[in-house]
Amino acid sequence: MSARNRELMALVPVALLLTAGFAAVFAQKNSQLDNLSLIYGAYFFGVCLATHVFLRIRLPNADPYLFPLVALLMAFGLVMVYRIDASLARDQANWFVLGLVLFALTIHFLRDYDVLERYRYTIAVAGLLLLLAPRLPGIGQQVNGAYLGVKIGPLAFQPAEFSKICLVVFLASYLREHREVLIVGARRVLGITLPPLKHFGPMLVVWGASMFMLVFIRDLGSSLMFFAAFLALLYVATGRFSFVAIGMAMFLVGAWFFASTVPHVHDRVEVWLNPYTDPQGSGYQILQSIFAQADGGLFGKGFGQALITIPGTPAPLLPAAQTDTIYSLIVNELGLFGASAVILIYLLIAARGFKIALLADDGFSKLLATGLTAVFAIQAFVIIGGVTRAIPLTGVTLPFISYGGSSIVANFVLLALLLLISDRARRESAAASGGNDFFLEGSR
Amino acid sequence: MNRQIVKLFGLVVVLFAVLIGFTSYWSVFDARALKEKNANKRPLLEQQQIRRGRVLAADGTVIARSVAKGQGDALRYVRRYPEGSLYGHPIGYSFVQQGDSEFEKFHNDELVGNDSEFTSILDELRGRRQEGNDVVTNLDPAAQSTALADLEAAGFGAVVAIEPQSGRVRVMASNPSYDPNRVPYELSKLNTNEVETPLLDRATQGQYPPGSTFKVVTAAAGLESGTITPSTPIDAPGTLEVEGTPLENDFGESFPGATLDTALTNSVNTWFGQLGQRLGNDTLFEYMERFGFNSTPAIDLPAEEVYKSGVFNEEEELLGASDPVDLARVAIGQERLAVTPLQMAEVTAAIANGGKLMKPQIWSRVVDPDGRVTKRLDPSEYSQPISSKTAEELTTAMEGVVSEGTGTNAAIPGISVAGKTGTAETPGNAACGGGEEENQAWFIGFAPAEDPKIAIAATVECTEEFGNDVAAPIFRDVAETILNGE
Repeated sequence: MSARNRELMALVPVALLLTAGFAAVFAQKNSQLDNLSLIYGAYFFGVCLATHVFLRIRLPNADPYLFPLVALLMAFGLVMVYRIDASLARDQANWFVLGLVLFALTIHFLRDYDVLERYRYTIAVAGLLLLLAPRLPGIGQQVNGAYLGVKIGPLAFQPAEFSKICLVVFLASYLREHREVLIVGARRVLGITLPPLKHFGPMLVVWGASMFMLVFIRDLGSSLMFFAAFLALLYVATGRFSFVAIGMAMFLVGAWFFASTVPHVHDRVEVWLNPYTDPQGSGYQILQSIFAQADGGLFGKGFGQALITIPGTPAPLLPAAQTDTIYSLIVNELGLFGASAVILIYLLIAARGFKIALLADDGFSKLLATGLTAVFAIQAFVIIGGVTRAIPLTGVTLPFISYGGSSIVANFVLLALLLLISDRARRESAAASGGNDFFLEGSR
Repeated sequence: MNRQIVKLFGLVVVLFAVLIGFTSYWSVFDARALKEKNANKRPLLEQQQIRRGRVLAADGTVIARSVAKGQGDALRYVRRYPEGSLYGHPIGYSFVQQGDSEFEKFHNDELVGNDSEFTSILDELRGRRQEGNDVVTNLDPAAQSTALADLEAAGFGAVVAIEPQSGRVRVMASNPSYDPNRVPYELSKLNTNEVETPLLDRATQGQYPPGSTFKVVTAAAGLESGTITPSTPIDAPGTLEVEGTPLENDFGESFPGATLDTALTNSVNTWFGQLGQRLGNDTLFEYMERFGFNSTPAIDLPAEEVYKSGVFNEEEELLGASDPVDLARVAIGQERLAVTPLQMAEVTAAIANGGKLMKPQIWSRVVDPDGRVTKRLDPSEYSQPISSKTAEELTTAMEGVVSEGTGTNAAIPGISVAGKTGTAETPGNAACGGGEEENQAWFIGFAPAEDPKIAIAATVECTEEFGNDVAAPIFRDVAETILNGE
């Protein structure tokens, strides 16, 4: 079966799952089956089908599993958000369509994505400006002590979501060019392999940007995500674990320094370590997140069964259920099994992404695919780790599931880039092998 | 670079495995502990969304029910008690913020429908909300209101009425009571009312000196152990020197060569004091324990809300057979002997039931939302403290108390009544107006004597009257109400 036919086959069960999910939520809300779920399922399938046809024409060789997997996450997200608030789900569905439009535009205009390399410094500057934007007077917005949003007229978005793509593009391009000198120029000092300072300057800029985000944007989550993606790329490009270790040490020292000086960062860490100190105040969100999970058990309480607000009042029982803590809601309603399925989907997407990197021929493609996949996987880790108290809770979105337009649109652009790389890589390798195993099969 | 990419993927696998690990820890392994955290209001809030079953009296009168407030996600149920303070004890209350107590607490699992894990999983698959079961009690509304009205007229106190053959609790009244509907608004006020202590269920938590009613226990021990027979004579002087203090009969009356019937009919202190000394520690404590003293009564109320009866020392610790006690005074119900009305009702019920003590139970059956009876009380024996022969001999002596002795006010025309009065002197407490010596008045008894249908213990605190004056009439009214209702 050809790649595209496989994709089509995979989309059918996804659409059915969405239909079943809506049916379950309707059954819970109105105690009856509503054929509206069929209509929503048909809409969803129609949108997916249109995207599929577009891919069939434009990227016939692209990875066949990525889009169905992402559609599966979207289906999860739409049902969960609908279950929280129907009007939010309408926004979410619109962003889904908008995301797919940008997805198509990206594929259309960046068919030759090497052009990105030429504009890498422009892209890097754009990325930094995007990061800075929330602090600019007039358009910046502060949410929960962090400067995450930008509002220009009616258009509000979170620039960090787009900035992460710019950063990965820049790093992939820069490292492709300098990886040799970084490896060859490295010197051993006191048993530690140090990178050559000259070529490492721009890398320090990335570190600086992360620290800057920590302090001025107060966006702990994005800072962590960016820097982890940077280290992942550095490791893949150079193969030097010591570079990663140095980078990690630098980040930890910086983070520790700011954690003890910047109150916002300090509070986040404090709450993570001792949530029971102020269960009604600063510890409320993380504790309620964990309590919600404790209620889920193995199988969950079922769609629509979880309490999100204190009954009879608008006071939240699970704060930010549609964004930060949506994973806790999934654990509550679908149990450990449902939540593990979600994590598995992210893992499968990561597997496909890294597979694309393995298949890609040129360094830039390899690094770009690696970086995009890594930043995506780390984003999922940062927020799920946050709500499960594995790491401090910070406000990043759960990709494709959380309510939020910027996140969905930006991640669809990320997906478009991955599929572009995949199409080229598989076109070239199709002639050679023709093997099409789902899981990683190691290097070619 | 491919090797590094594969390694990086390996790291992602590990990281995601960590996430699954944390998720399983919270959702499964640590879930129970998390649900019990104080900061976690979720279990309470969820329980509020379940329609809790009703509590019904024996005749179907609704004692407690849940009413819906709000709709959809805001739906929650609030408890209502249509009968107000009549069943404040022993039914208690159940509210999300204030918690629960007494019968509502003990039968919580049945009332919220947690009793059958299997059905609830099936219901969940069918998408049905969990619903509570109704619990029907043995309480007799007419007798309960008679008891509470009589108590309100007489003073603080309690009445417990048990069906001897089954252990069914027909009446459990405690005065002052409280209206459970008011609990959400004035729980702290009720809690801090040191004078009336309305939240104290005096039937199960009131620890009173039993006075002469305890002579029934002493007599039971004497007969059953073979220390005496109904015809054994004991010389009872007007005053008996015990441990340096004189033990006196009422009006200093002496009863030379008295037998059990005479001694019980006239409540002769010196007779029972001597019997207690003849029994010795081991025998008296053995029979007390057989009747349920020194143990928490096996009633369907939370164990922490049902107090033990027995001999307590100055530190309020329960004493046993090996502790030195003044046996003569224990035998007549003094000497830091403290009993609950429930315990005395159990003693009475055991004698009425041919010596078999049945477990006292308030509940009668559990009815599921579809109207099916899912559980039914199966009366079970707690112990057999005495033989039926001893029970018969005691009954004869107790009939004399009502027909010609100290308990004549308990008599019901046309029905033979067996009983025993008690009047214990107590240091007055705050409720009595402080300081002064007051009486704890008792009456225990059952009727009809030849075929007992009901065994009752009634007590009134802080009264200047005797057991026959205030407690016996309560017994009579409650017994009459129950027997007329049969």
